Amino acid sequence: MLNEEIKNILGHSQKHGWVLEPDAKRLLKLVGIKVPKFSWATTIDDALGFAHQNKYPVVAKVVSPEVIHKSDVAGVALGITDDGSLTETFERFSTINGFCGMLVEESLSGLELIVGAKVDFQFGPVVLLGIGGTGVEIYRDTVLRMAPLRPEDAASMIKGLKAHQLLEGYRGADPINLQRLSDLLITFSELVMQIEPCIESIDLNPVMCSADRCVVADARIMLNG
Amino acid sequence: MNLQPLFEPKTMAVVGVSFSNDRHPANIIYNKAHLRYPLKVFPVNPRGGSLLGERVFTDISEIAEEVDLAVIAVRADAVPDVLEECIRNGVGGATIISGGFAEVDRKDLQDRLVAIAREANFPFIGPNCLGIYVPSVVDTFFLPGERMVHPDPGNVALVSQSGGVLVDQMVKFAEQGIGLSLAVSIGNKALIREQSLLDYLVADPRTNVIAFYVEGFDKNEGRDFVLGASQCPKPVIVLKAGKTDAGSRAVSSHTASLAGDHEVFSAVLAQYGVVEASNELELVSFCESLSCYQKAIGGSVGIVTGSGGHGALSVDVCSDHGLSVPSLSKTVQMKIKEQLSSSIQTIAALGNPIDLTGSAVDDDFVRAARELAHLPEIDAIIVLLLPYLPGITSDLGARLSQVSRRESKPLVAYVPHVEKYRMLIEGFELNRIPVSSSIEGAVLMVEAIRRCQPC
Repeated sequence: MLNEEIKNILGHSQKHGWVLEPDAKRLLKLVGIKVPKFSWATTIDDALGFAHQNKYPVVAKVVSPEVIHKSDVAGVALGITDDGSLTETFERFSTINGFCGMLVEESLSGLELIVGAKVDFQFGPVVLLGIGGTGVEIYRDTVLRMAPLRPEDAASMIKGLKAHQLLEGYRGADPINLQRLSDLLITFSELVMQIEPCIESIDLNPVMCSADRCVVADARIMLNG
Repeated sequence: MNLQPLFEPKTMAVVGVSFSNDRHPANIIYNKAHLRYPLKVFPVNPRGGSLLGERVFTDISEIAEEVDLAVIAVRADAVPDVLEECIRNGVGGATIISGGFAEVDRKDLQDRLVAIAREANFPFIGPNCLGIYVPSVVDTFFLPGERMVHPDPGNVALVSQSGGVLVDQMVKFAEQGIGLSLAVSIGNKALIREQSLLDYLVADPRTNVIAFYVEGFDKNEGRDFVLGASQCPKPVIVLKAGKTDAGSRAVSSHTASLAGDHEVFSAVLAQYGVVEASNELELVSFCESLSCYQKAIGGSVGIVTGSGGHGALSVDVCSDHGLSVPSLSKTVQMKIKEQLSSSIQTIAALGNPIDLTGSAVDDDFVRAARELAHLPEIDAIIVLLLPYLPGITSDLGARLSQVSRRESKPLVAYVPHVEKYRMLIEGFELNRIPVSSSIEGAVLMVEAIRRCQPC
């Protein structure tokens, strides 16, 4: 599972203490975890090129080793629909500390979940599933299991959420694809077992889940040491 | 490492007896073993001579017989030499009572003990512990016999990092009529830790339930422990101290913030079917219940009571603990009603809880419990018994026990624990039906049986 490219990403991220979002997404994609189509644009033309090729609306996020929490510095712009706003966003981001490009990616919709991992002192790697988004620490609707996850663990995690009905199709809404979510949890837990020595914790938040797929919209991999 | 000499010794040396202090731990341990246990016990002090008319050996090598267990109660600095002496003389194992090691920043001295023991494959408990208590076999606690409370021999093993908590649990076991197979205080757990004791107890024929009081595991040790416990056919219960993280660390990810030490501990234990007790009441209730029932069940409860209030209170507690109290069908209710005494047929409430009222007699309780036991949708029965009701006799405990046994349906009872109701309580307990002294305890007993399976 752990190929050279993954090792390279982790290796060159050591100097920041965490993995920049475009690199984190590249890493996840390498192990078969779904991420949105994205481009790490370092010029306005790069950004426009991606938007034209993949159609608006797009999402833009600042890439900077100095910005772990992008929304704290207004470094996230959702629902950009035209060249003007995209250019303006790029210009605004380029003034943020440590700016080293802008992530442009397809817009996603769905139920926002968090899938996370932490290396616990007593138990080693554990995986978390919860209701995601920016309110994750307010709702605190999360379940934890020791990695690697067995299929029955993934199923019981989903059942263990207080809001599990939201996932299963509440009041006429389509249920999210629980098989995809279960696959994501298991694949992610295997990745976590492999990269355990390098990591402190990981947030995939939000993971956008819909009737057909579960896609990691944002990823933060905190390295240890 | 063979732990048998620790728990089934026939011969024991007590190293460090004092000639001047009768209350020295070694003297207390020696006296108890000498006067009250079926052991050959040898006091050791380099000065030799005699103690209370018995010969004191200057050295373990002087003891002509093979020594199974050495209890070491000398000052910390002298322990490594005594340990080496034990190994040289073929002693089976040791419990090191002495303090003065890692707990006072002498990790170096403790590491020396571990290195010496590892090289010789020599098991020791401690240091800084009370050691081992096996009913009618051995007792290395330095507590005078007349001060200790001795639970009945039974099938629950207790392993505790703290000696104080262990002795206190023994008091509670005795109060609640829970039988003990053995109790170990592992103190600094330098060499023998929870995992090795779990392995030993899995194979111990006297033990059916294994309970731990844990203050913390080492790096990744919890992982090995739960994986081991999940393979264990006997229920494993853990009470963990230190539920709040010390200080709030700055955390940079949501996951690190949400997955605190205790959240992880609880979640992983549940994942692998280890029953976590969140306090002492739970620990005692879980031990009592699982000592009678080791096969996991679902969470649907049928309740039989002699008082509507008790029924209502118990439903609230069930709901707090995630147990359901499903309504009974009209057919079932009719079937129960037909069998009740005519005096209560019109006043009993039959929905679940089944409130037989204060006018019920033994037969009413037995018949209601039997009908509940027949229902596949009911996983366990709670009987709330108020022995002061005029129609209830002290036979009821034994009779309800028969119902539970015959139908293979777990039953737990609530009976106030006062001396005058002892016969009723023993009617349950001697037939291996757990009895709690509180409604909450009775509910916790059912919860324990539900929880001893992976979630």
